[in-house]
Amino acid sequence: MSDKTIQLLTQSADADDERLVALHAALVRRATSETVVDATYRIVDSPVGRLLLAATDSGVVRVAYEVEDHDRVLDALGASIGSRILRGGDRLDDAARELEAYFGGRRHDFDVRLDLRLAHGFRLAVLRHLGEIPYGSTESYGQVAVAAGSPRAVRAVGSACATNPLPILVPCHRVVRSDGTLGGYLGGLPAKERLLELERAA
Amino acid sequence: MKRPFEQAVTEHGAVVLRVCRAVLGPVDADDAWSETFLSALRAWPDLPDDANVRAWLVTIAHRKALDVARAGTRHAVPVATVPDTRAPRGDHPEEALPDDDLWSALAALPHKQRQCVAYHHVAGLPHAEVARIVGGTPLAARRAAADGIARLRSTYAPHGRVSTHV
Repeated sequence: MSDKTIQLLTQSADADDERLVALHAALVRRATSETVVDATYRIVDSPVGRLLLAATDSGVVRVAYEVEDHDRVLDALGASIGSRILRGGDRLDDAARELEAYFGGRRHDFDVRLDLRLAHGFRLAVLRHLGEIPYGSTESYGQVAVAAGSPRAVRAVGSACATNPLPILVPCHRVVRSDGTLGGYLGGLPAKERLLELERAA
Repeated sequence: MKRPFEQAVTEHGAVVLRVCRAVLGPVDADDAWSETFLSALRAWPDLPDDANVRAWLVTIAHRKALDVARAGTRHAVPVATVPDTRAPRGDHPEEALPDDDLWSALAALPHKQRQCVAYHHVAGLPHAEVARIVGGTPLAARRAAADGIARLRSTYAPHGRVSTHV
């Protein structure tokens, strides 16, 4: 016996997709305004690849490079700040605009609010200092260690940069080796090179 | 560890929408979908990691559909939570959903048959799970689903609509 009736019940109509997009957007709006979400996120294109941006109601909490694996980043975010995570909404519009202007060479500082809850202790102290390294200039890991209050913690500065939850917005790419070589970068060395080049050119 | 809720929306959003349409019709389905996912989002962190997410969402949708149907009988106009997304179907027949006839045929079924068809055939839940949601025994749920499908075949499929969809 043909089971077309059952088939029709189970198959999705094309128009459903469009409706789901609208329903999803309305869900994010409502969930955000009723503060039911732990974080929202969006993915933006950039000259250094697709970037995942995530925000809580306190500010941007995570920027992640594609090499970090966005799915894994979202899972980790769910485990650390809560799993009520939705894609979309307008919370990240400003951050996306500022990043676009930055990559276009039209912006040297970021004004968006940052939520640094993913960093603690010495790493947090390092991140706070990084924000003071001016656009277009660099500091060595040793200089950052001194500025963050622990002159001998050079390696710890390296791990603070490697685990920076907010790369680009918190400019860990401006930290290089004292001999002038690049050191490491969580987004890959080509990305670090690209950012430093961009800032030199401006 | 609990996955981000977005994944539940991506994986099950379309099915839950069809389930809502099957038990409520296309007009009220949007409200039920929205209420279902907002409620699920609130409860998400407390859901056990090994839970069947689809069955859980359908259970919530079942309750929300009852709420929406109840509200609909109290007020002639349904509560519009997403007014900007609902097409004014009467004025724009070209925007009508393609399988309107299917939803009408479902609406003509006895209540229990409609629910059992929705939860078993549309959502793909086993009869035992359907019985847990609608009450009664798995055998009764199976029979209601089978009777519902038999009736749909006689009321809906013969009208020459089927060929346009496959």
